[in-house]
Amino acid sequence: MHPIGDDALATPSPIVRVQGLNKRFGYHWVLRGLDWQVEPGETVVLLGPNGAGKTTLLRVLATLTRFQGGRVEVVGAVLPKEATQARQRIGYLGHAPFLYPDLNAEQNLRFYARLYQVSHSEERLRHLLEQVGLAARRRDPVRTFSRGMQQRLALARVLLIRPPLLLLDEPFTGLDQDGARMLSRILAELQHQGHTLVLTSHDFPRVLPLATRFDLLHRGRLHATLPNRHLTLSELQDWYQGQLINPIEVPS
Amino acid sequence: MNGPTSFWKATWAVFLKDLTAEWRSREILTAQWTFALLVIFIFDFALEFDPRAQQRVAVGVLWTLFAFAGTLGLNRSMSMERENQCLEGLLLAPVDRGALYLGKVLANLVFLHITAAIVIPLYSALYNVSFLNGGFAAVLVLGFVGYIAVGTLIATMTVQARTRDILLPLLLFPLVLPILVAAVRASEGFLTGLPWAEVRTWVNLLLVYDVLFGTAAFLAFDYVVEG
Repeated sequence: MHPIGDDALATPSPIVRVQGLNKRFGYHWVLRGLDWQVEPGETVVLLGPNGAGKTTLLRVLATLTRFQGGRVEVVGAVLPKEATQARQRIGYLGHAPFLYPDLNAEQNLRFYARLYQVSHSEERLRHLLEQVGLAARRRDPVRTFSRGMQQRLALARVLLIRPPLLLLDEPFTGLDQDGARMLSRILAELQHQGHTLVLTSHDFPRVLPLATRFDLLHRGRLHATLPNRHLTLSELQDWYQGQLINPIEVPS
Repeated sequence: MNGPTSFWKATWAVFLKDLTAEWRSREILTAQWTFALLVIFIFDFALEFDPRAQQRVAVGVLWTLFAFAGTLGLNRSMSMERENQCLEGLLLAPVDRGALYLGKVLANLVFLHITAAIVIPLYSALYNVSFLNGGFAAVLVLGFVGYIAVGTLIATMTVQARTRDILLPLLLFPLVLPILVAAVRASEGFLTGLPWAEVRTWVNLLLVYDVLFGTAAFLAFDYVVEG
């Protein structure tokens, strides 16, 4: 990894502050008055069953989804008013890789480097392609890439701007064993450098060594929080199952 | 950490990306050229024995051809952004949304001009009409600008719809009708050597349309992509 200057990671505290966040799709409320915050340097893993609101929350923080009520502050920018300022400092890896199939790996990264005005971009993108194990395929169109390879390239796209806040939605999906190990290693390095990570995942063994905190979302609300103080996998699984068996009743 | 990307740098990035993608896939130009050549040959055979009719309808056929070939290009240009949800990737960038729109418009304009550069000489040879006229060239540019400016916005609106192939022409053609009428009339005027006073009205209409609808589309793009 390239060293990241202190300025790049200098972030307000908390880096994410969500107060009374409401979001609905049609008549269905996905987030119901969510209060939540993340401190700089934390690695927060969002857990919860399907439909709990994890992806929607990440999309709201990434400025991709508008919300109906509440206050959202990300890296010091209040959304949606200061979304452009926030976008400079957020890296978002969603379910789709946001890569152009007709362009090759290098061209895709070069395009995003231009869009984000990344300095020394050629050197940076070469380094990133090596880091995600795609240097040998850099001239191949993304159309020819497997799901896992696209996920690796998408990760390189996110890391291009060295964002202080990374939002990763199911980042291990589609990766093979090597890919998952590579991602774990990169995330650990980012964590070590002081980046703040917020990720959703159902892959407990992968996220357990990374997480500083587990937050369980249920029916659009923060249901429970578990600090990771040397938890074992079985302790985490027991806690998760226990919370879901006895969830707090949420009025509809 | 860099500040927000400058407007023109972002425009250039999108423009260059579209050109590179087209250079690799050649999907837009292939579709436009195939369609244009088919139309030219069909009309050539249909009017083969009536050279006067051929010349009378020449300009109308040409603009009809550009209008339909243009929709093929617009559809493909936005479909590129739909695949892998690349439009969201663009929206994540710290850039003015207008720059994204302008980059797409410029690329679409280049594609339509390339098609025109291929089609017009062939058309000229088959229909025996000379298009070597400065006024006609200006009308071509003005017509394309208005058409693509509005077309890019409508294509962005329809790209997520399942019926986008039908929706785009349905929404676009009523909006660009004034520009097509004005372009046909102005082109005819220049090619038949009408005095400037008679052509001026149509040229002015093209100019006003480009400014008004171009500005409106530029401003509306942000709202359209925000959904």
